[in-house]
Amino acid sequence: MKKLLNKPEDFVRESLEGVALAHSDTVKAHFEPNFLYRADAPVSSKVAIISGGGSGHEPMHIGFVGKGMLDAACPGEVFTSPTPDQILEAAKLVHRGKGVLSIVKNYSGDVMNFQMAGELLSSEEFRFINVLIDDDVGVKGGLSTQGRRGVGTTVFAEKICGAAAEDGYSLDDLVTLCRRVNLSGRSMGVALSSCTVPASGVPTFELGDSEMEVGIGIHGEQGRERMPMMNADSITELLSLSITEDPAYKRSLPEWDEGTCTWIDRKVTSQPFKPGDRVLAFVNGMGGTPLAELYVVYRKLFEICREKGLEIVRSLVGNYITSLEMQGCFITLLKTDDELTRLWDLPVKTPSLRWGI
Amino acid sequence: MVTKEQIIKWLKLAANVMQENKEWLTQLDAAVGDGEHGINMARGFQKVSSHLPSVADEDIGSILKSTGAILLSAIGGAGGVIFGTFFIEAGKVTSGRQELGSVDIAAFLKAGLSGVIKRGGAQVGDKTMVDALAPAVTAFDRSLEDGADTTEALGQAVAAAQVGMTETTHLVAKKGRASYLGERSIGHQDPGATSLYLILKALYDAV
Ligand SMILES: Nc1ncnc2c1ncn2[C@@H]1O[C@H](COP(=O)(O)OP(=O)(O)OP(=O)(O)O)[C@@H](O)[C@H]1O
Ligand SMILES: [Mg+2]
Repeated sequence: MKKLLNKPEDFVRESLEGVALAHSDTVKAHFEPNFLYRADAPVSSKVAIISGGGSGHEPMHIGFVGKGMLDAACPGEVFTSPTPDQILEAAKLVHRGKGVLSIVKNYSGDVMNFQMAGELLSSEEFRFINVLIDDDVGVKGGLSTQGRRGVGTTVFAEKICGAAAEDGYSLDDLVTLCRRVNLSGRSMGVALSSCTVPASGVPTFELGDSEMEVGIGIHGEQGRERMPMMNADSITELLSLSITEDPAYKRSLPEWDEGTCTWIDRKVTSQPFKPGDRVLAFVNGMGGTPLAELYVVYRKLFEICREKGLEIVRSLVGNYITSLEMQGCFITLLKTDDELTRLWDLPVKTPSLRWGI
Repeated sequence: MVTKEQIIKWLKLAANVMQENKEWLTQLDAAVGDGEHGINMARGFQKVSSHLPSVADEDIGSILKSTGAILLSAIGGAGGVIFGTFFIEAGKVTSGRQELGSVDIAAFLKAGLSGVIKRGGAQVGDKTMVDALAPAVTAFDRSLEDGADTTEALGQAVAAAQVGMTETTHLVAKKGRASYLGERSIGHQDPGATSLYLILKALYDAV
């Protein structure tokens, strides 16, 4: 293992210190418990938005803290969900009485830790609502298991809801919006190489030179299947078709119930994409793939969308949800409308997404 | 009787055992999950161990509850919530106690199990730590009914946990990260079940 590393156990903390120093005009770091928050928090007259997840996916989530996106982000250890005390303290620091929307990716650890935070916060005088993102079509048998994981749609949800909060949306409206964004997005990824968790020192899995793992998770969880390596166009086609051909996805998705402070399963459906849909398109690098390759993927994705009658109205290409040094990419498509596109376009000023300001 | 000193010895022992088995647990997790279970468990129990001197004057219930709270904030992930919940629930039914009889141990194992099931929703057969814990609880109760003393019953519980742990190899994961693998999770032992076995084994070794 070769990494820019001091002691593995100091990795998360030192990285957090670095972000805060590099972007001191935008964010501040809090330690024990660890979280990053807007330098101007608490911001009055708006709902606060927080998120969190394992470290190793930077810039998600810490790179998305700032005006127009997140008020705070709670980084766990590498690939490990954050703990209830982090979420609790972050929520308390950034809220200003209008409530807190918490955006949670659907992994068992995250679901349980955010639930405990919600329970602990129930005695506070402000409202706290968790919303799940579950957009990864790479998960097979989603109905009998933990369900689909949260990946690329998370970035859309954080940007769009962040803008809406800034725009004056109430907590209830933000919850509805966030759930709608989740039901509108789908993602699918491929790994060309493994990744190495710093504290472990060895690659999480082995992948031969001529193999790729299709439907990979962002923590190196194995995917749908291992296949022989293909060229960029064929890989892009494989990923995009998994998304565009995915039928209506009906499932019981846990929804946060404020009264009982727990998740309650609700039947929800993500409708399939259809010709005429306008979409936001996202090609995400996993950390070890050059941007030039991601553009090769985007070029083919653009062609496929045109053939399918999907109009790409905005795009995002780059490393936004990484898996340490893994090579590979994720494609995310999100069905959009005037409201979502307008919110996507509104100004944002975070360490890693910045426009209009 | 299990004394408070033995409970403290157990937790110290568990910290050592987690440290010794860190790589193994992490390898098990790399096969079916995300390759961090051993690292996280070792870090969590290390923190518990270093915190023990400050709670040594408290009762067993408080010690177990603070152990759970530390695990909850130091392990992270599903493992943190699950193992933290186990100790917090065990602590609730032993509060105020300076020593535990066999019936108390039975109660604390049972409370830990039902807390974990309530929190994580896993049933026996879902390929989680419940597959090691549930048979251990049953075996402990049965041995007591058969007239065994605490130590013998714990021995039986550890043996049952070991069998449960080994048998997770043949199961398809339905909870946690390993569930994404579906059928591909067959052939791999569950890391959480392995940790639970090691923790119970440490309890047996401490008494
Ligand atoms: N719902 C559950 N109920 C009981 N045990 C569970 C549950 N989910 C996971 N586990 C146990 O936790 C172990 C995994 O712990 P680990 O610390 O690696 O968490 P993780 O799933 O990687 O968490 P995260 O997704 O937050 O990183 C599994 O081997 C399993 O025994
Ligand atoms: Mg794990």
